[in-house]
Amino acid sequence: MQDVVLSLLAKEPAHGYELRQRLGAALGPAGGALNPGQVYVTLSRLERAGLVEAREIAQPSHPDKKVYELTAAGRERVVRWLNDLTWAKVAPLEFHLKLVMAAATRLADPVALVDSQRLELLRQLRQLQELALDEPADADGALLLEGASLRLQADIRWLEACQQRFLEREGQRQ
Amino acid sequence: MSTVIEARGLVRRYPGEGSPVRAVDGVDLVVEAGEAVSVMGPSGCGKSTLLHLLGGLERPDTGELYLGGERVDGLSETRWAVFRRRAVGFVFQAFHLVDELTAVENVELPALLVGVPRRAARHRAMELLERLGVAGRAGHLPDHLSGGEQQRVAVARALVNEPLVVLADEPTGNLDSHATGDILRLFGELGRAGQTLLVVTHDARVASTADRLLTMRDGAIVAQTRLGPGTSVAGLLASLADLGGDR
Repeated sequence: MQDVVLSLLAKEPAHGYELRQRLGAALGPAGGALNPGQVYVTLSRLERAGLVEAREIAQPSHPDKKVYELTAAGRERVVRWLNDLTWAKVAPLEFHLKLVMAAATRLADPVALVDSQRLELLRQLRQLQELALDEPADADGALLLEGASLRLQADIRWLEACQQRFLEREGQRQ
Repeated sequence: MSTVIEARGLVRRYPGEGSPVRAVDGVDLVVEAGEAVSVMGPSGCGKSTLLHLLGGLERPDTGELYLGGERVDGLSETRWAVFRRRAVGFVFQAFHLVDELTAVENVELPALLVGVPRRAARHRAMELLERLGVAGRAGHLPDHLSGGEQQRVAVARALVNEPLVVLADEPTGNLDSHATGDILRLFGELGRAGQTLLVVTHDARVASTADRLLTMRDGAIVAQTRLGPGTSVAGLLASLADLGGDR
C-alpha cells in the first residue's frame, strides 16, 4: 500500500481525497472494497518516514487542507517500486500439494477436491464477468478485471488437467 | 414454472472395439423454463451426444424424453423434424449457415419452413438481427461476415421461431476472444430475457454465465451445481483490491 500511495503522488502533489479518487479510477469496481481510511493512515506513516511532506493550505470556506508531496527519497522509492520484477506466484502451489497429499493419504478424494475448487473458480469468473459488463472497456479498472479473468481461466484449465490425471490413475488402478 | 426438458434414463451406445461404448449412460435431467444450463466435461465425456439426443439429432437407445411436456423419444423422423423446427434452436461451433443465402435469409428460413408468411418472417428476422447488433450485415453472404458476426446470425436463426429451448454446442469454439465476449454478453441477455438455454462448452467463461452447471464424465452427469444468480461480489472485490495493508 505504501508504494501505491507514493506512486499516486509521483505525478503531482495532491490531498488525500484526490489520491483516493486516483486510486479508485485505477482499480475500477475493485476500488469500492478499499477502506477509505487506509490512504490517510498510509500517508501519515509515509510522512513520519520522510517519504512525503505535507503542507497546510488555507481555504476560504472550508477547513485547511493538507497537500502531500514526494520527497527525493520518496521519488527514489517510487522508481524502484515501478522497476521491481516481483510477481505473484506462478502456480497454485498449495493446492497442488493438497492434491498430491490427498492422493497419497486417501484422506480426501483429489477428483472431488478439483470439482469443488473448479466450481468456486467458476463462480468467481461469473462475478468478474458481471462486473466487466458494467465497466467501460477502455477504463483502467477493466484491465484489472481482464487480468483476473484470464488467470481464473488458466487455473480452471489447470484443474481440468489435474482431474484428468487423477482419473487416469484411478482407471489404471482398477 | 414449467418444465421444458425432462429426460429419464437416456442411453446412447456407439459401436466400439468389442463391446459397444455408452456415449450417454443413463442421464436424468430436468430443465425448467427460463433456466440457463451449461454442461462441461472432458472431451469424449458424452456432452455433445447428450445435446444431440435432447434436440432429436440422435435417438436414444433407451430412456424417455419430454420437451415442453410432450413425449418425443418415440416420434418418427418426420414428426421429430417438424416438432424440432418450432421447439428447438441450435447453435453450433461451425455456425452451419447456408452459404448461398444472405444473413437475413438464413435467419428467416426456419420461420418460412413452419409457415410464417414471407413478410412477417422477414420482419422477425430483421428485428432479431437488430437486437443482436448485426442488422447492418443483413444483406451479406456468410462468407463476407466475421466469425463473430456469423455466430450472431446463427443465434438469430436459432431464436426466430421462439423455441422452447436453445441448444448450443461449443458456440465460442471458433471465435476469438473479442467475439467470444460478444456471445457471452448475448447469452447473458437471453438468460435475463427468460430464454431457456442449454450450452455444451469447454470455455469456462461461457459455462460460468449459466444458472446451473452440469459436469459430465464417462457419459454420466456426475455433478450439478447452482452458480447464480445473486451471489455477492464483496469477497471477490476485496481480494482484487488487496494492496497489502499499510505496508
